[in-house]
Amino acid sequence: MDDAALFDQFKACAVKVLGVDGDKVVPEANFADDLDADSLDIVELVMELEDSFSIKVDESELEGVDTVGAAFNLVKGKLA
Amino acid sequence: MKLGWSADGEAIESPFQVAITGVGVVSSVGIGKEAFWSGILNSSYSGSRLIDDFDPAQYMNVKEARRADRYNQLGLAASILAMNDAGNPEINPAKAGVWMGTGVGGLTTLESQILICHGRGPDRVSPFLVPMMMANSNAATISMKFGFTNTCQTTATACAAGTQAIGNAAREISSGRATIMLAGGAEVATTPTAIAGFDNMTAASPTATSRPFDAERNGFVMAEGAAVVVLEELSHAVARGAHIYAIVAGYGSNADAHHITAPAPHGAGAIACMERALEDAGLTPSQIAHVNAHGTSTPLNDKGEAEAIDKLFGATRPPVTSIKGALGHTLGAAGAIETVAACLTFENGIIPPTANTVNIDPEMNIDVVIGQPRKLGDGAIISNSFGFGGHNGSLVFTRP
Repeated sequence: MDDAALFDQFKACAVKVLGVDGDKVVPEANFADDLDADSLDIVELVMELEDSFSIKVDESELEGVDTVGAAFNLVKGKLA
Repeated sequence: MKLGWSADGEAIESPFQVAITGVGVVSSVGIGKEAFWSGILNSSYSGSRLIDDFDPAQYMNVKEARRADRYNQLGLAASILAMNDAGNPEINPAKAGVWMGTGVGGLTTLESQILICHGRGPDRVSPFLVPMMMANSNAATISMKFGFTNTCQTTATACAAGTQAIGNAAREISSGRATIMLAGGAEVATTPTAIAGFDNMTAASPTATSRPFDAERNGFVMAEGAAVVVLEELSHAVARGAHIYAIVAGYGSNADAHHITAPAPHGAGAIACMERALEDAGLTPSQIAHVNAHGTSTPLNDKGEAEAIDKLFGATRPPVTSIKGALGHTLGAAGAIETVAACLTFENGIIPPTANTVNIDPEMNIDVVIGQPRKLGDGAIISNSFGFGGHNGSLVFTRP
């Protein structure tokens, strides 16, 4: 699956969990500032991503991950 | 309402009267006061008492709806309808509070997350389980919606919760602590497990028919719903030219201290509760024009309540109605929905009939309104709620 298709899959998870418009889910978007996501929202988003991509993300791996791009790279790295 | 009593036992009158200036209701017979009122004027109902036409998107955004249990969605919607009905009064947020009632809170969320925990494991349980299930989530959501920073509390006294929440909120105003309170109740306890629990304790009607005070009554019908009223200090309401539905003149609450589900024999707790509410209002039983009964359609409740009404009011025989014939039983929301019904009874000058009731139990010496609505006479309205656990609440409303 290419990056664009993977990102669409990621975007669908964010739209579902965070209740935001899809066009706001861009790599540079900050979860707190641009997507109004608090720490509980992030926990739920991670659970959604784990289910959708069949991956496992440890809480410690989320340190410093505060943009869509950083989170997407984390997910992508798990698929390699 | 009374501020309290002096050391000599003298009643101390409150300088603050409590007006109802807005009503919001989300019920199975209609959403909004007009639909609700025409719904409870019908004389027969059967089947589901779920609210099929509720659209959360009309009251909150997608994310807010996703983060709110259905009971909270209904309660929030009712609060918005009530504030709109009151003309969205401008208020110092520190003088405005919230007091809601519920039997259990976010039961739908709890039940679904229990299934997830046991089916898929604890690491799949939503991080929103706790804030969505907690019984105070609706009051908290309403306070955030309107930015009200005065007291924000929840009363969880089963089927008495809605009435007791409004009574407690009214006391916040009559004691001078608040100027406006949003108060009411919300309930969605219609999950498979909760329904099974009520069925197995034989409290629910096996024929799914609610017919309060009827000789053939056989239990209540589970329902979902919510109602909120805007309580406002009278002079504040008058100064802004608000429409006033009613005055909350008195509130009584007590405990049967008898049994976890069965009411005290011969309506003893209910009599004492109504007496407290009348004393708080400074009224005598003969000044009551109408009783909006708890009337659940269970054999024991209706028997005890009828006996209590008969003993307390005697020859006055105020007309009695239970809107649970139409609505079924919304548990912790019931008293709040019935408060809205009392407001609209004053407004329209007629008492809705007790739907589905045809043959009044011959053991009951009370005047139940059945078939057609009846003209409301002069006087006050008393509304009762009695909850599992022996919690009793009565509110007395007078005309503005």
